[in-house]
Amino acid sequence: MSKVEFNKETGPREVFCGLTSIVWLHRRMPDAFFLVVGSRTCAHLIQSAAGVMIFAEPRFGTAILEEKDLAGLADAHEELDRVVNDLIARRPEIKTLFLVGSCPSEVIKLDLATVAEKLNKRFSGQVRFVNYSGSGIETTFTQGEDGALKALIPLMDSSDKEKLLLVGTLANNVEDRFKKIFRNLGISNIESFPPRQSTELPKIGKNTKVLLTQPYLSDTVRDLKHRGCEIISAPFPLGIEGSTEWFLAAAKAFKISELKVHEIISPLINRAKLALESHKEILKGKRLFLLPESQLEISLARFLHNECEMDLIEVGTPYLNKDLMKEEINLLPDNTKIVEGQHVEKQLDRVRESNPDLVVCGMGLANPLEAEGISTKWSIEMVFSPIHGIDQAADLAGLFSKPLKRNQILTSKTLVTH
Amino acid sequence: MELTLWTYEGPPHVGAMRIASSMKDIHYVLHAPQGDTYADLLFTMIERRGQRPPVTYTTFQARDLGGDTAELVKKNIKEAVERFKPKTLLVGESCTAELIQDQPGALAKGMGFDMPIVNLELPAYSKKENWGASETFYQLIRTLLKEKVSYSEKISPLRWKEFGRRPKVNILGPSLLGFRCRDDVIEIQRILSEQGIDTNVVAPLGASPDDIERLIDAEINICLYPEIAEASCEWLKRNFGMEYTNTIPIGIKNTIEFINEVHKKLDLPLTNKKELENKSKLPWYSKSVDSNYLTGKRVFIFGDGTHAIAAAKIAKEELGFEVVGLGTYSREMARQVRATAKDLNVEALITNNYLEVEDAMKKAAPELVLGTQMERHSAKRLGIPCSVISTPMHVQDVPARYSPQMGWEGANVIFDDWVHPLMMGLEEHLIDMFKHDFEFVDGHQSHLGHTAKNTKQILNSDEKKDKNSKEGIIWTESGRAELIKVPFFVRGKVKTNTEKYAILRGIPEISDETLYDAKAYFS
Repeated sequence: MSKVEFNKETGPREVFCGLTSIVWLHRRMPDAFFLVVGSRTCAHLIQSAAGVMIFAEPRFGTAILEEKDLAGLADAHEELDRVVNDLIARRPEIKTLFLVGSCPSEVIKLDLATVAEKLNKRFSGQVRFVNYSGSGIETTFTQGEDGALKALIPLMDSSDKEKLLLVGTLANNVEDRFKKIFRNLGISNIESFPPRQSTELPKIGKNTKVLLTQPYLSDTVRDLKHRGCEIISAPFPLGIEGSTEWFLAAAKAFKISELKVHEIISPLINRAKLALESHKEILKGKRLFLLPESQLEISLARFLHNECEMDLIEVGTPYLNKDLMKEEINLLPDNTKIVEGQHVEKQLDRVRESNPDLVVCGMGLANPLEAEGISTKWSIEMVFSPIHGIDQAADLAGLFSKPLKRNQILTSKTLVTH
Repeated sequence: MELTLWTYEGPPHVGAMRIASSMKDIHYVLHAPQGDTYADLLFTMIERRGQRPPVTYTTFQARDLGGDTAELVKKNIKEAVERFKPKTLLVGESCTAELIQDQPGALAKGMGFDMPIVNLELPAYSKKENWGASETFYQLIRTLLKEKVSYSEKISPLRWKEFGRRPKVNILGPSLLGFRCRDDVIEIQRILSEQGIDTNVVAPLGASPDDIERLIDAEINICLYPEIAEASCEWLKRNFGMEYTNTIPIGIKNTIEFINEVHKKLDLPLTNKKELENKSKLPWYSKSVDSNYLTGKRVFIFGDGTHAIAAAKIAKEELGFEVVGLGTYSREMARQVRATAKDLNVEALITNNYLEVEDAMKKAAPELVLGTQMERHSAKRLGIPCSVISTPMHVQDVPARYSPQMGWEGANVIFDDWVHPLMMGLEEHLIDMFKHDFEFVDGHQSHLGHTAKNTKQILNSDEKKDKNSKEGIIWTESGRAELIKVPFFVRGKVKTNTEKYAILRGIPEISDETLYDAKAYFS
């Protein structure tokens, strides 16, 4: 690990808070509702990030704290009770209701755990209540999913049956592909967490082998360990290399031979390499700067360097869990500069000084950088697109080659003016 | 506590960001956690701005709360001032920082800077975005001009005569994330200039603190968007005697009235009164025979106060529509909207809940909806054409072309934007009428997408309902055949009315004659 350069930075940031992860969590579990207990800012943040207007009625909302709620806490609890009652009357199909803490609810120490406990008693058998915090004073962006999953673990029954548990939200089609491949490898008992229905939580125990699909689940991993689960150490299934190592690690945990894995995934690898070629042609030798946001930055950097031959200038990450990222960091090239945390102004100074060909950043920064002549890719797209697995490697590369390709088209003169 | 699935307005500090981002040489230090940085994308994505909003977020975290968040505020202020060198500094807090009471404005003032500092106190738990914008603009003007109050004489709107120059006015209120402000400003400046009136300052859009200090060089203020500028105009009137206009120049009648009002205030003779009627194509287009079918079209209007009121007037008086619903999410404008609604014989809907608006829309059974982007979605679900007239902003509301709402060109834009969806409505009717002709290509797609119900669906849904209905009303063959002939966009209404009539009269079976009886009864 020593070959990588680690830096820490603090200062003003430009990242979403954990509430944003509701945007994909509610799609993953269509029988769940996410109720943020927060301010108008929280409501505005989620609707700005999620394009709420396309829904007749979204499965997430905000109980907006008002001045009278802040005056006395007892009131706030009663008020929340009333809001929840109305909500359940209106949406009887809801099976799990997540009470999601926010910055203001954390600061006033609104005890959502107690509220959830009371509500669980009242709606027993009808709706389950869990709580977690997506607040920006504790979590960034994808960390919200970590909180939501951790909150579900106490509801999971125990079972000592051997199984492979895929942990982290995946696009449904990607999940199906993974399960098929694992079955071909000879692993038959595979489950996902979060499940597609909030009520169908997997059972866990000492023979549960956990394979992470996303790199932002530190707390969830810790609690799964406490429940006796075995955590399979692997890089994350982004790109051909990461996915291959990921399958191999799982196979090893199930005592399946490497040969068998290669036999099954070789045809996939071959066609993925072919598909990757045209993107690699564009990305090769281009210089990449990743700003911190999605927490996928280290895995993306590994993929874009090792498989697309991009040069890494700086790899930002909102926070670094060296234990969880160990396998990824081992695959990074020597002298990779990793920067944990952010001082957005200083970081942008470094962006300008280093004159990169492509910057991965949040939506607030993309157009201003483009206006300065720097090509960008929004990081939020990574969490909405199916990018995991060998079959998706070319699509993942495509997210980065597209802005460069477009730039090329717009600046080239191919038609003669007549 | 209020359950909100979607909100028309953001929090008040977003309003402050709108003012700061609209202006030059200003920086806003916002005491806020990292998640609040989402607001930047409103400007960089929706408005496609090529600059970041001039905002520094202090980005405090949970671990800072036990320690000294005040020090963090000071560190960020110091860095922001050194880096951006603003001429005026805005300091404020978002919802969470309001709770920890660091008083960043007071801290900034104690740091020994020689630039003006505006301390923004925007109560996040009771106020919203437009109020925040209005308050910020007002506090900024007050901070920069208050010292001049004591030694300035009251400004007479007639003083331009003594000075021997053209009269000068300020245009106040246009801002980023305001509906078509960018183009309205150009249109209004052009109109004023034609009348021999110069624009002194446009603010906040494009203004610097220096421009704010120059506001008092003008004779009067044009209050273009009262949601943002009325409080400021009122303060300038109280302290400097500057008069301001009340008429919002949206639509032909209001534009002419606006020009009259400006002339009257400045005591400037209006010499081209006759010409004004012909400056826009709207009056003639509305009068031309092909617009006959617009008469009495049922419209439902919802938006911010200013645009909703203007839309109602244009709809009724300039296009000959019937306004069947009027409402706003701007509580600050509720009184004016209620008054307009009363004149139109409808009940005003004042709400921030889009589901209530959708319900009211359904009940009013309009043929056209004029609303926000949210009403566009609701109308789409109901299969009703819609034109967007108001914020909250969407990337579609920042068109590449010149597209004002105000003045002559604004009236042209409005005619096209409101009538084109209806023209399509007529086309829809023709498709329905001619679909049995052999030349007609089956599967012709309606522009309303798959939400527009065809006759079959209406009749089918009808059958289902019939089975459950207590009254047990049955549509006979002849009744159905006649209903099919009714244009699709009023078919639902005709069906409901006929059934209502049948129940009223105790008629168990609806025939073609019942349909006509009902028609006569309700007309």
